[in-house]
Amino acid sequence: MIPKTKGKIIPIEPSSPSAAAMSRFVRRLAGIPWRQIAGEASSVGLLMAQGLCAVHVVSEHVLGVAFPRGPSMLPALNMAGDVLLTDKVSPRRGWVGPGDVVLLLSPEDPRKIVAKRVLGMEGDEVTYPVDAGNSDATKTVVVPQGHIWVQGDNIYSSNDSRQFGPVPYGLVKGKMSYRIWPPSRIGSIDSKE
Amino acid sequence: LADLHGTAPKPWSPASASTEPRKIARDRIVLIMGARSQLWSIAKMSVTGGVIGVTISDRYVTVVAIKGHSMHPTMTATDSALRGDIVLAEKACLDQYKFSRGDVILFKCPSNHKEVFVKRLIGLPGEWIQLPASSEIIKVPQGHCWVEGDNAARSWDSRSFGPIPLGLINGRVTHIIWPPSKIGRVERKWPEDRIPPF
Repeated sequence: MIPKTKGKIIPIEPSSPSAAAMSRFVRRLAGIPWRQIAGEASSVGLLMAQGLCAVHVVSEHVLGVAFPRGPSMLPALNMAGDVLLTDKVSPRRGWVGPGDVVLLLSPEDPRKIVAKRVLGMEGDEVTYPVDAGNSDATKTVVVPQGHIWVQGDNIYSSNDSRQFGPVPYGLVKGKMSYRIWPPSRIGSIDSKE
Repeated sequence: LADLHGTAPKPWSPASASTEPRKIARDRIVLIMGARSQLWSIAKMSVTGGVIGVTISDRYVTVVAIKGHSMHPTMTATDSALRGDIVLAEKACLDQYKFSRGDVILFKCPSNHKEVFVKRLIGLPGEWIQLPASSEIIKVPQGHCWVEGDNAARSWDSRSFGPIPLGLINGRVTHIIWPPSKIGRVERKWPEDRIPPF
């Protein structure tokens, strides 16, 4: 320890070069304004936490961004590289109707998010091709209460309500109506009936 | 008075009377500005608190009041929200959707997305379970689960609307925090007269 005499710090003669280095190091450490650094770090941390929370609230409840991949919505959506704006307000308020492209949790795996077009709301009659490409057979089904019928635009390569049936409306997480990338296709997504 | 002000108060005179109103007006403006900035800082604090609260409630833990009798006696409801049971639900389970048999979960009603139900998870995806009424045995499809309320007589659950997609789940109930007599963990329980799935 470094003894003090009347406020003056008198260094002890170090006994060896390594002890001298140690006492220099300890003196350096004591000189760092730890409390001030901790105060600044915690205020910056708090600001960052507030920022992250604000980003979460906006992207979950107001407007988010989606990067859909896969061939099931060709030609409306590319196989990859599209960036879409996701409206999170509309599904909660029930402003989703036939022709809208929606994001929903897959009923086969809740960790997967899929993008499909809504073809029918509850009570609607939906006629769909049973085996697209191989036969022309169609089937007509009435969508049960609280459910919707979703289908990919590319019926030859889409896993949708034709396979897993009508899905509960509660699985819908967002409505995609505007594309912001690639620049050549910026604009709203057509809502086909 | 001299002690209060530190210096002797100035005696009233006609000269000082003319400057008094201006000082009062200036003081009033300072007060109004102070009140407005206080209102602004209160508004800022409430918005920040609200945003942080919504984030915590969406991602980590949320508080729900029970309305309904389908989980009696584990959880009871009464007509007023304050006297019904209040429970704590965690959202960390929604990261991987890994649940266990006997968990009590919150989920959106499949026929009305605005209603939230609380029931016990009886069958996991891929399991074969026996329907209690008939002797039918059904398989719970992938990505779905079978839920039933503890109070079988007054519970509208999978026996009526079938297996529900896991994506409808909102959280897992872990604790009861009201009334004080029922404070404690919600245990993972298996109903006595049910054959476990296989």
